[in-house]
Amino acid sequence: MAKALDPHAAIVTEAVGLLPEGTLQTADGQPLSRALARSSRRARRRAFLLVLPLLAFILLTFVLPIGQMLQRSIKNDGFSANMPQLSAWFDANPRGTEPDEAAWGALAADLQAAAESKTIGVVGTRINYDMAGTRSLFTGAGRKVRDGLEPPYRDAMLDIDQKWGDPRLWSVMREASSPYTGNFYLAAMDRTRDDNGNIVQVAEQQRIYLKLFMRTFWLSLIITCTTFLLGFPIAHLLATLPMRKSNLLMILVLLPFWTSLLVRTTAWMVLLQQQGVVNDILVWLGVIRDDQRLQMIFNQTGTIIAMTHILLPFMILPLYSVMRTINPSYVRAARSLGATSWTAFRRIYFPQTLPGLGAGALLVFILAVGYYITPALVGGSSGQLISNMIAMHMTQTLNWSLAAALATLLLGGVLILYWVYDRLVGIDNLKLG
Amino acid sequence: MRRTLILTSALCGLAFAAQAQNKEVNVVSWGGAYEKSQVEAYNKPFAEKTGIKVNMIAADNPATPLKAQVEAKNVTGDVFDIEVSDAIRLCDEGALVEIDPASLPAAPDGTAAAEDFLDGALQDCAVANIYWGTVIAFDTTKFADTKPSTAADFFDTTKFPGKRGLPKNPKRTLYLALIADGVAPDKVYETLSTPEGVAQAFKKLDTIKKDVVWWEAGAQPVQLLADGEVVMATGYNGRFFDAMVGEGKPFEIIWDGQYMDMDMFAIPKDAPNPEAAMEYLKFATDTQRLADQAKYIAYGPARKSSAALVGMYQDGKTEMAPHMPTVADHMKTAVMDDPEFWADHNAELTEQFNSWLAAS
Repeated sequence: MAKALDPHAAIVTEAVGLLPEGTLQTADGQPLSRALARSSRRARRRAFLLVLPLLAFILLTFVLPIGQMLQRSIKNDGFSANMPQLSAWFDANPRGTEPDEAAWGALAADLQAAAESKTIGVVGTRINYDMAGTRSLFTGAGRKVRDGLEPPYRDAMLDIDQKWGDPRLWSVMREASSPYTGNFYLAAMDRTRDDNGNIVQVAEQQRIYLKLFMRTFWLSLIITCTTFLLGFPIAHLLATLPMRKSNLLMILVLLPFWTSLLVRTTAWMVLLQQQGVVNDILVWLGVIRDDQRLQMIFNQTGTIIAMTHILLPFMILPLYSVMRTINPSYVRAARSLGATSWTAFRRIYFPQTLPGLGAGALLVFILAVGYYITPALVGGSSGQLISNMIAMHMTQTLNWSLAAALATLLLGGVLILYWVYDRLVGIDNLKLG
Repeated sequence: MRRTLILTSALCGLAFAAQAQNKEVNVVSWGGAYEKSQVEAYNKPFAEKTGIKVNMIAADNPATPLKAQVEAKNVTGDVFDIEVSDAIRLCDEGALVEIDPASLPAAPDGTAAAEDFLDGALQDCAVANIYWGTVIAFDTTKFADTKPSTAADFFDTTKFPGKRGLPKNPKRTLYLALIADGVAPDKVYETLSTPEGVAQAFKKLDTIKKDVVWWEAGAQPVQLLADGEVVMATGYNGRFFDAMVGEGKPFEIIWDGQYMDMDMFAIPKDAPNPEAAMEYLKFATDTQRLADQAKYIAYGPARKSSAALVGMYQDGKTEMAPHMPTVADHMKTAVMDDPEFWADHNAELTEQFNSWLAAS
C-alpha cells in the first residue's frame, strides 16, 4: 500500500477494510485509539499546566489556611507538649484514679521544666480556657518551683496553693493532656464539662454563642429579604429601560459598589446617628421633638440598614442579568390570552427570574452571615453578629482555638444551607450573569 | 516602555540598596495623638542621634499583631508598645526578649534605673514608658448648672441626663460600676473575684445600659463627645487633654475613679533588627525622653527623675504637671491595673460581658 501523506486519508483507507482484526491504525502503523489517547493526554497536560499556577495559589492561600484553622479548632497542645511527664501519667492511669505521689512528682518536674523554658504561660493559658482563674496558679507555682521542691511533692504543691488539690483542676488537666480535644466546640455551643467529665450547659449569664448564631442567621435572612424587595424593581427597571437610560442607572448601582466599604459604613453613621442628618431633618420638619431623636444606629436597625445597602448590588446584578434575557413577548402573550397583569407577572415573568433570584439570595445571605466590619461599627450591642465574636477571640482574648471552632461551625452552617438550597432549588438553576 | 522598565528596576534596586545600607527599626504603637507624641519625643531625636530610621506602625492594640507575628514565625516589628498585662502574659509565653534593668541608662543624678522607675514599671521582658488613666470626661456646655464630679454621677442619669460613652470591654467598665456603687478602690479586685461582686457590677451597669454608646478605639470617645452623640464618656486622659487644650473643646475631666495602666516597650524574640530595637528602647526610656513626651501628651512618665523635668505643653503656656494622671490628688481613688487578675479572669468576664451586652 502506498504511504499516504495525509494521515486522515490513511485512516480512511485503512478503516474501509485493510485491517481484518478491526482495529484502526494511523499512517505510521499505531493503533488509532492509542494515538488519540496520547494526543488528548498531551492537550490535557498542557491545560493542566495552564491552570497549575491558579491551583497552587488556591491551595496555598485558601485550602491550606482553612485546613489549619480546622486543625486548630480541635488541636491545642499547649498543655500536652509542655507537660510531658504528667500527660504520660494521665495516659497510664484511667479516669477516676486519685493522683498518687508519682503524679504529684510529675507535676512538679513538668512545672519546673516549663518555668525554665518560659512556656509556663502557655500551659496556664490552655488550662484557663477550660477553668477560669487558674492561669495565675500555674505562673505563680512556676516562679516558686524554680528553686526546686522537696518530696513529698503532694504536700509541697499544696503548700504553694491549696487549689492544686481541686478535683476539677485535675479533671481539666486530664482533658488537656491529649493535644486533641472537642472542648472548644463545646465552648462554642455554650457547653462545658463538669467535674466528672459530663457535658453540661454553661451558667445562664455565660451563654452567648448559640444566641448569636441564631441572630446571625435571622438577621441575614432579613437582610436577604430586604435586598430582594428593594432590588427586584430596580433590576426590572434596568432590564426594561432603553439602553442609554439603563446604562446611566447601572452606573448609579455600581458607583456605591465601587466605593470603599468603610466609607459607606461611616456615611451611614453620619446619616443615622442621633445628632445626624436624618434626625436633624426630622426635627426641623417638626416630625419629632428635639429630645425624641430616633435611635437608628448602634443597634440592630443600624446593622440591617447599612448591610442592606452594602449588599444590594449583589442582589441586583444577578437579577438584572437574568431579566435581560427574558423575552417580553411571553408576558405579552399571556396578557393577550386574558391574564391580568398580576397573573402574568406571577405565573409567567416571576418564575423566569428565579435563577437570578436564587443566585442573588444565596450570595447576599452567605456574605451577610460572615459580615464583620459593618456590624462592628454600627451594630452597637444588639447588632453584633457571630463574626464579631470570632474577631474578638482572634484579636483580644487571643483564644484562637475557640475562634477556629466558632468559624468552623459557621462554615458548617453555611454548607448545610447550601446543601438544602441544592435540594430545594437545584444548584444548576443558579445564574450569576 | 522599555526605558520605563529599566528606569523602574534601577530605582527599585537603588531603594533596596538604600534599605540594606541604612539601619532601621519598626515600632508598633497605638496611633493618634499618642503616636504623635512618641514621634516628637523619641523618634526624631533618636534618628538624629543614631542615624537609624524609625518606622511607626499603628495598631488598635499592638499586642495582637505581636502575638500573631510570633505565632506565624514571621516577626516584622522590632519594638511593641503594649499594656502591662500583655507584657507579663507574652513574657510568660516566651514570646519576648528579657531585658536586664542594669543595661538601662541611669538617672542624671546617677540613680540606677532599677531604683529610678516606679513600682511595676520594670518587668522581666518590658520597660514602661508612661502611666495613663482611663477617666470620665464630660461636655461642659451640656451641664450649665451643676457639673458632675464623681464616678457615681456618671451612673446618675436622672440628675445628669444624656447618653454615656463606655468602652466595649469588661476591664474598664466593671470597676467603674463598682466604684460608683460605693466599693472602695482597693477592694475592687477582691469584689470582682466573687460571683456576687460581678453580679453587683452588672446590676449597676444595668441602670445605664440603655443610655450607653459603646466604643472600641481610643479616638472614638473624643469624637462621640465632640459630635454631641454622648454628654459623658470614659476614655484615655491624654486624648481628652489633646481635645481640650490642643483643640479647645469644652470638655472637663473627672479624676474620680480613674483606671491606671502602664504602657511598656517590649521586643519580640526573632525581631528583624534586635540591636537597633534595644538601642531604641534604651534611648526612649531615659529620663529626658520620658519627660519630653509629657510635653506632647498628658501621660505620666514612668521614671521618678522625669517628674521634675516635665514642663510646658507644646503651646508654651499650659503647665503639664497638673494634667498628669500620676498627680497625688488624681491617684486618691484610682484603680491600678492588676495584670494577674486579668490574665486569670479576662476570658471568663469577657464572655459574661458579651452575654450581658447581647441580652437586650
